[in-house]
Amino acid sequence: MADLLSLENINVYYGNIHAIKNVSFHVQEGEIVTLIGANGAGKSTTLATIAGLMRSRTGSIVFGGENISRLPASQMIRRGLSLVPEGRRIFQQMSVEENLDMGAFTLDRSEVAAHEERVYSLFPRLKERRRQVAGTLSGGEQQMLAMGRAMMSAPRLLMLDEPSMGLAPILVEQIFGIIRELHESGVTILLVEQNAQAALSVANRAYVMETGRVVMEGPGEELLHSEKVRQAYLGEG
Amino acid sequence: MSIFLRTFISGLNLGSIYALIALGYSMVYGIAKMLNFAHGDIIMIGAYTGIVAVMNLHLPPVVALIVSVIVCAGLGMLIETLAYKPLRQAPSLSVLITAIGVSYFLQNLALLIFGSEQKAYPQMSGLGSFTILDVKVDGITVMTLAVTAVIMIGLTLFINGTRMGKAMRAVSEDRGAAELMGISVNKTILITFAIGSGLAAIASAFYGMTYVYIKPTTGSMPGIKAFTAAVFGGIGSLPGAMLGGILLGLIEQFAKAYISTQWSDAIVFAVLILVLIVRPTGLLGKKSTEKV
Repeated sequence: MADLLSLENINVYYGNIHAIKNVSFHVQEGEIVTLIGANGAGKSTTLATIAGLMRSRTGSIVFGGENISRLPASQMIRRGLSLVPEGRRIFQQMSVEENLDMGAFTLDRSEVAAHEERVYSLFPRLKERRRQVAGTLSGGEQQMLAMGRAMMSAPRLLMLDEPSMGLAPILVEQIFGIIRELHESGVTILLVEQNAQAALSVANRAYVMETGRVVMEGPGEELLHSEKVRQAYLGEG
Repeated sequence: MSIFLRTFISGLNLGSIYALIALGYSMVYGIAKMLNFAHGDIIMIGAYTGIVAVMNLHLPPVVALIVSVIVCAGLGMLIETLAYKPLRQAPSLSVLITAIGVSYFLQNLALLIFGSEQKAYPQMSGLGSFTILDVKVDGITVMTLAVTAVIMIGLTLFINGTRMGKAMRAVSEDRGAAELMGISVNKTILITFAIGSGLAAIASAFYGMTYVYIKPTTGSMPGIKAFTAAVFGGIGSLPGAMLGGILLGLIEQFAKAYISTQWSDAIVFAVLILVLIVRPTGLLGKKSTEKV
């Protein structure tokens, strides 16, 4: 299958700090790919760079055959690339419905209702709370809203940054169930997680990052059983 | 009773002018996260534009007002593009100093073009007046209050009900997240400057018809008062700017009528300080809340 996304030789800096070092990887159409690694390994920075919020000094980011590494962040969603950012970053003072409207900002007005129905069928809880101010939702509901908002544009590639962060185990399970469901409906997913166990069990392939580099890659199942990964990231050994 | 009523009406009149200017301050602060200290000088440019349009070009008052709105909106966008946009990633102090520089630039530009002598703003005749409870109310006062009310309702509907208005709120809350939605932050900020400066132009017409004389430094005092009104109401909040503006106008006029004309400004600022001690975010300002 063809690559939907490929990063070639990406280097990102925060001032003088070299945060991402020569990172290259690819995501094929229809896959779930996960980036795992410790806190500060550069996973979130990598996603922010793909989304255009950060810039790489070198190399290329090709999405759907087009080099997007110099495009402004606001153009990404028009090309079918949607990021659920770390910490959710929903619009706290807007209602659930208004948040979803913002997710559909680039759509034609006539398409919004149908997309909204689809998101509500994925997250029935959001429909119940459509008029509620988003800042008053629980953590799990806020995560659902962030994902629903990103799904409003019907992206080809959905990038999720730590969707399970701070959630109770039962909600983590629910969120991963939805990720599987989205994948089965044909969405390609790039998932960043600290919960390596959960991420590896849904992923087709995984990359392990350490201090800004990709140090290991392989099928999710394989890494889940790899001695090294188990010791470093699954808290065993 | 009639002094009270007269003061109340003139307070509303002045408050409406402050509110219109404060809206511009507050919108720009909420969305671009900067204090545009040149905003007061936009009023001055708007007033001179009105004078030129009526006196030199002999346009009817309503057309002159439209010209003034267009000139100010254009000027606001020009300032944003040339002076502020290049500083988007710069420390906020650099932006603040730039805004002060733009303010002096506009004042000196007006000095160069119009000279230092004050000019009379054309008065709208034929609006008439009426009397309630022994108090004479000018037509222009009624018009000021009516236009301000319509603008406030219109702006509230725009911000809450339209896609562009919601996008402005989104940018104001989280610029990065708004960009991920496909909202162009630069375009949104540009539109904000256009709206804020257009409102300043409308305020300039009411200011000119109330205070008559215009000179290059005319914008500073209403500018600083409107800024105070915006902070008073809670900067970044539109209802706050409206409420702050109206209250400030009322406080100023009542202080003038019942306490002292000379001390009125000091009293206005003293009230501001008191409010900020009790409510640091202003009357309707939002406390920033973050959910982890």
